[in-house]
Amino acid sequence: MEITEKLNILADAAKYDVSCASSGGTRKNTKGGLGNSHISGICHSYTEDGRCVSLLKILLTNHCIYDCAFCVSRRSNDIKRAAFKVQEVVDLTINFYRRNYIEGLFLSSGIFKDADYTMERLLRIVKKLRTEERFNGYIHLKTIPGASEALIREAGLYADRMSINLEMPTEQGLRLLAPEKSHAPVKHSLQLVSQSIAQFKEERKLLRHVPRFVPAGQSTQMVVGATPETDMDIMHTAHHYYKTYNLKRVYYAGYIPISYDSRLPAMGTQPPLLRENRLYQTDWLMRFYGFEVHELLNPLHPHLDVEIDPKLSWALRHMEQFPVDINTADYRLILRVPGIGVGSAKKIVQARKFGSLRFDQLKQIGVAVNRARHFIRCADSPFSIGDPTANVIRAQILASTTSKYIEKSVLQLSLF
Amino acid sequence: MWVYLFDGTFIGLLTAVFERYDRKQHPVRIAPQQRYAPGLMDEPVAVVSDDTKARRVWQGLGKRLNTDWMSRLYAAFLGEQPEGFQHLFDLACYIINHGGDVIANYGNPHVLYVAQLHRKVHREKHRMEAFVRFQQLADGIFFALVEPDFNVLPLISRHFKNRYADQRWTIYDRRRDYGIHYDGSGVSEVTIDFIQHTGKHRGVLPADLLAEQEVLYQTLWQGYFKNATIPSRKNTTLHIRHVPRRYWKHLTEKAFLPLAL
Ligand code: SF4
Repeated sequence: MEITEKLNILADAAKYDVSCASSGGTRKNTKGGLGNSHISGICHSYTEDGRCVSLLKILLTNHCIYDCAFCVSRRSNDIKRAAFKVQEVVDLTINFYRRNYIEGLFLSSGIFKDADYTMERLLRIVKKLRTEERFNGYIHLKTIPGASEALIREAGLYADRMSINLEMPTEQGLRLLAPEKSHAPVKHSLQLVSQSIAQFKEERKLLRHVPRFVPAGQSTQMVVGATPETDMDIMHTAHHYYKTYNLKRVYYAGYIPISYDSRLPAMGTQPPLLRENRLYQTDWLMRFYGFEVHELLNPLHPHLDVEIDPKLSWALRHMEQFPVDINTADYRLILRVPGIGVGSAKKIVQARKFGSLRFDQLKQIGVAVNRARHFIRCADSPFSIGDPTANVIRAQILASTTSKYIEKSVLQLSLF
Repeated sequence: MWVYLFDGTFIGLLTAVFERYDRKQHPVRIAPQQRYAPGLMDEPVAVVSDDTKARRVWQGLGKRLNTDWMSRLYAAFLGEQPEGFQHLFDLACYIINHGGDVIANYGNPHVLYVAQLHRKVHREKHRMEAFVRFQQLADGIFFALVEPDFNVLPLISRHFKNRYADQRWTIYDRRRDYGIHYDGSGVSEVTIDFIQHTGKHRGVLPADLLAEQEVLYQTLWQGYFKNATIPSRKNTTLHIRHVPRRYWKHLTEKAFLPLAL
């Protein structure tokens, strides 16, 4: 088979993994070597669905001994199969990298024969890139769950990031669609890598020549909307994995119908893009805005609001915490105001040292004043009698915003 | 009002700040010589760029500001905005008069303007680090054409030098008609007579100038790009927001291949 066709097949099969981040790498170029990591990562292009293209994201092969219902590469699926040779992946990576198409390689694979056989080939590729080609660009490698400890620990010396996908947010969900699989080997391998990361870090403190081990950390991915979990189930799982395995990122992939299997949403169903977006917003609030997961999702509110973002939704449920006085309030409270991001919040606490801030200054700083004005006081806030209720504010904000996702979903709803 | 006419360079701008204190003149308007249209009440003063004077101002600022802000000032200058020169001038004076702490005062119009212009320039720098597409020429050099909104080559040179330390490369700004070239040890500025080398196709190198495998890798990359898209998620608005059309011309994944011409 020609290399062009192989690449097309194995890129196509890899595209359902939504992670393409190249961030968190700290690798510098070595003398006479090629490449380095960019601290915040670089998106070299964007696909026509608007996703970042940062890494050459391919499968080593789409042959697979498993039959996971949600996966295009499942063994019962009648598709064209292909497999790269080790050298082919190396050549593609290096040549794409030299042309500044990519930040590096994201290598995953279907399972041929067994976990170790597959992991051993993945290892050969990354080892060759690092040692023979002296490649210092970014490498994201899939850990094959259940592969032997020795293989995983060696691969970690060459990869910047490793990941294993949970696939379904709960064990029950996974059992339903992939009866041959369970979360146990995934947890075991996540644990192994996470322990090794910690151990190498400790040793590096004492001895400088101890090599780095998966310096950009681990991540995982969950498919959303294939099984009936609530947003609360999903985010509690995410929270648990962030904490237990010290993950850098959890990705949420809206399920894209690829099968007529009756256990799954029908072909032609739109992928739940808006829901996916809301989950990412929640993830963000947990990681950067000091929110606890139960503040945003709890048995009273097991689902995220579709119409408005989770921060606004939380604020409207907690009107007693507002208004926040921009000129005196604690940074953490300012961060909780809808319409104020991390950057603006930082600028506010710096700038207010030089005098009380007014609305126009907030606007200049980058605050979405239209949204924030319902929740703040600043130097020139008008005196008002009787604050509007949460419902009034919600209606006002909704009337003044259009979402890139809402339009589409309204359109879909109106079809039924 | 005093109008300082400088030569449009960063050295010139810093020299102007020096002159303002040396001559104790205030307020001062500043304008690049080439674009100056005299006004009725103007008192024009020609500023002669002077390395020593400029360095003293730069060092003075360096004592008051951290390196982040120093590079922000320079980046904002490369934004090439006529009103930006005035803001930079006024900001420098503001810092010299009141000390470095006032740089955090986003309520001040000069601080805010320079911070915002820097943001735009920085975004363009970041875009160029992403959107440069090298084509390997027959002599082995990796060559890229760009047309950035701002003059960002000075800002991206270190990134490319560090990353592609083992390959020779040139990045050429078609709009400003100069490029940077790395020969395996250092980066220098170059100019190229394009018409002579490439004929009339702007931005497209003829296939016979390219290395043997170049077209293969361009084809592979285009195929990859196409197959990485998920059709049911297609979102052209989002796509174009991330990759504005004006950049497409030099993006391999968007361009026609040399062979197709
Ligand atoms: S093991 Fe992985 S590649 Fe194989 S069918 Fe399951 S999800 Fe797909």
